[in-house]
Amino acid sequence: MGEFLHQVASGLALGGVYAIMALALVMIYQATQLINFAQGEMAMFSTYFAWKLMDLGKPYWFAFFATVVVSFIGGMVIERLIVRPFANAPVLASVIVFIGLAFIFNALAGWLYGYSVTSFDSPFTGRPWFGAGYMSAHEAGVIVVTLCVLALVYAFFRFTPLGLAMRAAAQNPVSSRLVGIRVGWMLAIGWGLAAAIGSIAGMMAAPIVYLDPNMMFGVLLYAFAGAVLGGIDNPFGAVFGGIAVGVLGNLIGAYVVGDEVKLSVALAIIIAVLVWRPSGLFGRRLVARV
Amino acid sequence: MITRRSFLQSSAAAAAFAASAGSARADNAPGVTATEIKIGQTMPYSGPASAYGVIGRTDAAYFKMINDEGGVNGRKINLISLDDAYSPPKTVEQVRRLVEDEKVAFLFNTLGTPPNTAIRPYCNENKIPQLFVATGAAKWDDPKHFPWTMGYQPSYQTESRIYAKHILKTKPNAKIAVLYQNDDFGKDYLIGLKEGLGADKAGMIVKEASYETSEPTVDSQVVTLQGSGADVFLIVATPKFAAQAIRKSYDLGWNAVRYITNVSVSIATILKPAGLEKSKGLITGYYGKDPTDKRWADDAGLKEYTTFIEKYMTPKDLIDANAVYGFGAAATMIQVLKQCGNDLSRESIMKQAANLKDLELPMLLPGMKINTSPTNFSPIRQMQLATFNGANWELFGELLTD
Amino acid sequence: MADGALDALVAVAVGAAALAFPFVASGYHLYQGAQVLILAVALMGLNLLTGFNGQISLGHGAFFAIGGYGAAILMTKFGLAYWAAIPVASVVCFIAGFLFGFPALRFGGLYLALATFALAVATPQILSYTGFDSFTGGSQGLTLMKPAVPPGIRLNADQWLYLVCLVFGAALYWAARNLVHGRIGRALVAIRDHPIAAETMGVNAALYKTTCFGLSALYAGVAGGLSAIVVGFVSPESFGLPLSLAFLVGIVVGGLGSLGGALFGALFIEFVPNIADQLTVSFGEGAKALPGAIYGVLLILVMAALPTGAAGAARVAARALASPRQSKVEKSGADVAANYRKGEAP
Repeated sequence: MGEFLHQVASGLALGGVYAIMALALVMIYQATQLINFAQGEMAMFSTYFAWKLMDLGKPYWFAFFATVVVSFIGGMVIERLIVRPFANAPVLASVIVFIGLAFIFNALAGWLYGYSVTSFDSPFTGRPWFGAGYMSAHEAGVIVVTLCVLALVYAFFRFTPLGLAMRAAAQNPVSSRLVGIRVGWMLAIGWGLAAAIGSIAGMMAAPIVYLDPNMMFGVLLYAFAGAVLGGIDNPFGAVFGGIAVGVLGNLIGAYVVGDEVKLSVALAIIIAVLVWRPSGLFGRRLVARV
Repeated sequence: MITRRSFLQSSAAAAAFAASAGSARADNAPGVTATEIKIGQTMPYSGPASAYGVIGRTDAAYFKMINDEGGVNGRKINLISLDDAYSPPKTVEQVRRLVEDEKVAFLFNTLGTPPNTAIRPYCNENKIPQLFVATGAAKWDDPKHFPWTMGYQPSYQTESRIYAKHILKTKPNAKIAVLYQNDDFGKDYLIGLKEGLGADKAGMIVKEASYETSEPTVDSQVVTLQGSGADVFLIVATPKFAAQAIRKSYDLGWNAVRYITNVSVSIATILKPAGLEKSKGLITGYYGKDPTDKRWADDAGLKEYTTFIEKYMTPKDLIDANAVYGFGAAATMIQVLKQCGNDLSRESIMKQAANLKDLELPMLLPGMKINTSPTNFSPIRQMQLATFNGANWELFGELLTD
Repeated sequence: MADGALDALVAVAVGAAALAFPFVASGYHLYQGAQVLILAVALMGLNLLTGFNGQISLGHGAFFAIGGYGAAILMTKFGLAYWAAIPVASVVCFIAGFLFGFPALRFGGLYLALATFALAVATPQILSYTGFDSFTGGSQGLTLMKPAVPPGIRLNADQWLYLVCLVFGAALYWAARNLVHGRIGRALVAIRDHPIAAETMGVNAALYKTTCFGLSALYAGVAGGLSAIVVGFVSPESFGLPLSLAFLVGIVVGGLGSLGGALFGALFIEFVPNIADQLTVSFGEGAKALPGAIYGVLLILVMAALPTGAAGAARVAARALASPRQSKVEKSGADVAANYRKGEAP
């Protein structure tokens, strides 16, 4: 029983990281209909920025919020400078650009910071909850942060004028322009928000997985899986998917098939789910009118 | 009628004849002039294994240092290091380019088991020394079938055999759990462990759990391994995953004797992130000095290494175990070239590579010697067990040879 | 019609150059040439699926791997000759692709992309699965003997292998071209652009889509088999995610929906990483870590310059040469088409 609880606990924490990352993916997808393959590397780069700040002596929360702000601005800059020129190009051209961005961030981080494993502090220290040590303080903290981010994102889109404007711009750019919404800026803000959320994912992941230039690739992978499972156009679905992937991944590897074929089994499950529910579990079902 | 094809063929034949006639007189290898020795190498500077690119940079920096000091027997070393992104088809291409286009004398310290396996037939067919390959697979010590290919570091199988013997000696009724990376590196350790235990004792291994490098963490595997009730835990993992495993096994309260592969022993980059307290009691087979271990603070060898890094590399490279590795490999190469004197044919280079006698290097453990012979293509075969006491690695027992 | 003549001229010129190549180049250049041909075959296959039929696959490295390992196993464990092993392995790939096409019918573009992405990531793990070790050689891989040049032919091994690749490549190009310009090709394009209308017109979308998947897998399989014998070695590391991503880069750079563009795409993914590696030298010693970054920058620059790929740019240029006024109208038409496609639901 203890082992099972450990698996679930660490799965929940990791799933929280996947969920935050999946939220960032959803954000960009809802704004641009594109999947940003560079999201993981951007998050890793942001995390190194935070690390550098702490290395220079700044306290954790200062570094945390500074990183979120800088990532937001960075995301907007990338959208305007690199993503915008391809707005009229075929979809796959943008995908290639994202792949290029991923290469660039990864190599830059390796060049600037080296490939040695670095530890990254967690703001959540102290005795583990529930006494028996099933979940470390940080892991519990991650879950709390995940829920907070989800709540904030939901509230932003539902209750603020800016959020409404962004949703409108994504769904119907032409009409939005007609009512005065600056669609271009909405896209940039969308990217900025996604980059900011991604940086949070990175800073939550780093204490668990350790900071190195290749830290986010695995996270991004499982975030994709989570987004696919839960439905890429539904924030709640993506978060659910991310957490589900974290927990189920652990349980399958531990109890069902062993870790040697875990990835292959995960792939099979994804395909099975998609066959049953082509838009993910909670995605909007697309009905084509003939 | 002389067609272009027949012309090309006859000139190719003439060239081959001249070359073979040349080698009968043991002329210097291509790439060797009175002032220069050209060496070739492939490294994964991009792609998933790019962390190991540091080895290539260290090799280049070391040779620069040697050149600044005048070179070897009056010749400067020119290392041409190309990126193969750890992809065997690319490795073959780059190696052929090095040999056929750049005309290097030989290959040195090419990295990775799959890349080196891919080029081994080519090198041996064309009699090109493939020296000190940067991988710990056991297969490089095979002079009978592959007389032109030589390994360098103690093989993974050697290391885990040593752990197996130690377990049999200290805990003959142990239950062993193994965490391993799901590639040639991890699987080689498993083979060595099983060989070292012997067929009758292979049942001591109660659980094996693997992981892919694309996974974010191995926490789940560690939980599974603890659940098997094992009291010995062998961690066959690269640095990031090793740190995770060390920390998780401690956090779970798992009281097992932990062995760790010697690619993941650096105090600054693995034990400190994992937690020095949490790393207490780890056992490894040590063969190189950890530059972040205070015990070597006044060591002459470490001072040499530190001076080298300060002058020829960047500060963050000092703690990188890959830089220590490159530092030693390059020094070994220089020794071989020195022994060649003025006879720098490929045969001579290979002969001298197989003729290293009691070579001591600054960053090897005191008393460790490198030896090769026509029947022994494994230069470093010694290691000494060490245990981590919370502050540094304490050597114990004697120098073991495989 | 001037278009057709120009196309034919280009095809003849390229064919002649490809045929003359082994007699002027030597050694590792021939190896590179063979690699380009191999990649071109794989790219043609992927383009059939993604460019002509609109199904995005980020996992074609998996079929390449099945072809490579299939040929290797047939040759080493069952003693088949290479010219038999490759077709047999490619049939296996066709079946695998066809089967994968069934679930793929259910999910749309984006989800298919992500599912095939997962396939690409899982491929090395599947290949190194211990249960298959006796066939696949596990993580140590399989080493192959290079095919011997048939007696009586006065070519060296490099030239012979190059020509073998050329023969396969030309034959597959010819087959694909006929396919694309015929009824099946039109059906595929119709399914890509107007799936509902196509069904209404009696096109069996399910059959065409799965068959297309199978065919593209077959092409990738042939390429994989050829790669196995040219390199002489297969291992799980040869077939990871970077390979599938390179295929995607190749077809986009070459031009979606263009078979000829596959050659350009193949040249790109074969040589640009080398160029990126060479460029790092000019940044100084410490910059040896940067080939990845330079490659990324080059990708973005190439996409900015050629958003519709080399073939797209060539088409525009050809039309501009033919009739300057007409090309402007057509260009804006292409823009509209691209926007329309982008705005569609996944």
